[in-house]
Amino acid sequence: MHIVVCVKQVPDSAQIRVHPVTNTIMRQGVPAIVNPYDLFSLEAALQLKDRHGGRVTVISMGPPQAEAALKKCIAYGADEAILVTDRAFAGADTLATSFALASAIRQIEKDLRVDLVFTGKQTIDGDTAQVGPGIARRLGMQLLTYVSQIDTLDLDAGNIRVRRRAEGGVQLLETRLPCLITMLEGTSDMRFATMENMFRAARYQTRIWDKDAAGIEDTGKIGLKGSPTLVSKVFAPKPLSRRADIIDTESHEPRDLALTLVGKLFTQHPELRDSLAQQDA
Amino acid sequence: MTQANPAPAARKPAGRASYELDDRLKAYQGVWVFIEHEQGHVHPVSWELLGEGRTLADTLGVTLSGVVMGAPGLPTRRFCEEALFHGADNCYLIADSVLASYRNAPFTLGLTHLVNHYQPEILLLGATTQGRDLAGSVATTLETGLTADCTELSIDMDNRGLAATRPTFGGSLLCTIVTRNYRPQMATVRPRVMAMPARDPSRSGHIIEFPLDMVEDEIVTKVLEYLPDQTQGKPQLPFADIIVAGGRGLKKPENFQLVWNLARVLGAEVGATRPVVQANWVDSERQVGQSGKTVRPKLYIAAGISGAIQHRVGMEGADVIIAINNDPDAAIFEFAHYGIVGNAMTILPALTETFRQQIALARKAG
Ligand SMILES: Cc1cc2nc3c(=O)[nH]c(=O)nc-3n(C[C@H](O)[C@H](O)[C@H](O)COP(=O)(O)OP(=O)(O)OC[C@H]3O[C@@H](n4cnc5c(N)ncnc54)[C@H](O)[C@@H]3O)c2cc1C
Ligand SMILES: Cc1cc2nc3c(=O)[nH]c(=O)nc-3n(C[C@H](O)[C@H](O)[C@H](O)COP(=O)(O)OP(=O)(O)OC[C@H]3O[C@@H](n4cnc5c(N)ncnc54)[C@H](O)[C@@H]3O)c2cc1C
Repeated sequence: MHIVVCVKQVPDSAQIRVHPVTNTIMRQGVPAIVNPYDLFSLEAALQLKDRHGGRVTVISMGPPQAEAALKKCIAYGADEAILVTDRAFAGADTLATSFALASAIRQIEKDLRVDLVFTGKQTIDGDTAQVGPGIARRLGMQLLTYVSQIDTLDLDAGNIRVRRRAEGGVQLLETRLPCLITMLEGTSDMRFATMENMFRAARYQTRIWDKDAAGIEDTGKIGLKGSPTLVSKVFAPKPLSRRADIIDTESHEPRDLALTLVGKLFTQHPELRDSLAQQDA
Repeated sequence: MTQANPAPAARKPAGRASYELDDRLKAYQGVWVFIEHEQGHVHPVSWELLGEGRTLADTLGVTLSGVVMGAPGLPTRRFCEEALFHGADNCYLIADSVLASYRNAPFTLGLTHLVNHYQPEILLLGATTQGRDLAGSVATTLETGLTADCTELSIDMDNRGLAATRPTFGGSLLCTIVTRNYRPQMATVRPRVMAMPARDPSRSGHIIEFPLDMVEDEIVTKVLEYLPDQTQGKPQLPFADIIVAGGRGLKKPENFQLVWNLARVLGAEVGATRPVVQANWVDSERQVGQSGKTVRPKLYIAAGISGAIQHRVGMEGADVIIAINNDPDAAIFEFAHYGIVGNAMTILPALTETFRQQIALARKAG
């Protein structure tokens, strides 16, 4: 069995700061991490490998530094890692990203047939959740998003059963391989890297592919050129012009403050008073 | 594999400086809203989108249409009528038994064919598990732009383009995204971000049926079972009329009881900030904000909450916001309607008692 897991390197959003005057993002010193959602998918892939054997290949599209994210995945137990990197990819939106990744996965297939592709549910930076569905579509694979559990995988019959989170319920789905899965968060904790795998990661030679190696001929479909969407401006949320009507009383006593507030509220918003009065006591 | 896909939508080579659309793209007209339903219920985000879609369509001077896909029969027809009641001028309907439960492949095919046939300029979907699954697949098949999780939509009258604004970098910034030389322009919007439009049952319009070119044998993925969620006892924050929320300023989990007490008197739901949820004071279903729920209550009372942008984006749509905070400079006072500067541990009980008395008085008077 051969599983491909797509991972993206993202800035640790918990540490992102916005410059208070220029409204630009201060990236300096912000550590880059493996997109946290991708780890749930990597863990699911590694669990399938534990049970069924086979190979897990991780792939990322990004700048040369993104190799660090791939090495991290090797340390967790992935077998092979491919970094797809090329200046021509710069400025890609999700359509161009899924084009490049799908094309690279087709190249991987030339080496060993792919049974399953995993992506994260979404990233924490672009945060669109669109790349997984895009890759599935381009590869003509069945798409299983928001999977909370993989119930069975039958490699001989070539089918898989999963639980998918839907609005208001859970779908039990069965489909044929190959398919693309995005795992829901919280499905399992990422395993610890073993000493052995950490050593392997340190020595590991990541395969670096440019656009040609990734099998991309039509440069009109990648990078800025292949991206229908365009960020036209980035700005800070408008400070609202209103400031709260601060309730104060001479006594500053909680009881007086509360009475003044509720009095004002009920006078200025009689509809609120009426709907509260109509509630069952 | 890919040959089976319907033809991509018309597009112009990217990178042209001119904003003038060519004639092929000008043929794309009208605003569409995908009406999402599951287990016999339309997701309210669809009606919210019709409300927003109405404004966009009126600005452009074009038609607003709903799109309903599902099994043949009364419910789907009724959903079309409801779409008209909520503001659509007409409604497209693809009714086929293979559409009984949501599945990616048949829904993608049906919606893609419909778009290629009638050519809308804007297509909106809810940013739900169904809407995101479908939107990503349809946009890729049509090879057009899709903007995710928008919080604001408007029309740039210079080029009749959709300007879609969405939070980015954890909500600290907003960005506006346009889709220039491709049609349709697609966007998803989170539930409760747009206001629910009034329902007007006197509205009418055409229901236009369209066939689905797919039979069950061609569909690889099968739905074996659907297990509805146990909603009983689960908090339903997004649809609560009143929410009392607490933050880290309450200091101790025991103090959170003061929030529950006020909520009981008001018949309200209880909300919380992320640190409070992470400290396990309350269930994660109650988190309000960027990575929690978006809410639009009539009244939101925030106690011991600083008003960080990630919290604000989830609740600023409330009609009335009351803030209690001991720091007069707390950010929450910049967008709350009423504020009390003081200790939440003494203000909350006083407020609970006062509301109890005043509601009783109002009841007697009414
Ligand atoms: C502020 C901002 C807003 C944006 N808004 C939009 C928008 O509305 N529409 C749009 O089309 N583009 C948008 N983009 C561009 C988009 O972020 C990039 O195209 C990005 O490369 C992929 O999208 P994502 O991060 O949203 O991934 P998602 O679609 O959220 O990612 C899902 C999964 O796909 C896989 N994946 C994603 N990217 C890679 C990668 N480079 N390498 C390997 N695996 C990957 C991962 O497994 C990931 O978990 C935006 C970018 C920014 C900075
Ligand atoms: C990617 C990302 C996503 C996030 N998503 C969310 C989200 O969905 N929801 C969310 O809420 N947060 C979210 N956050 C966290 C957010 O940035 C804030 O940290 C959080 O909202 C602060 O919570 P708080 O107001 O309870 O705590 P604090 O910011 O610590 O504020 C406590 C407030 O209580 C006041 N206070 C102290 N003592 C008293 C007293 N005795 N009486 C009255 N007031 C008192 C203080 O003056 C202060 O203003 C996110 C952050 C990131 C980076």
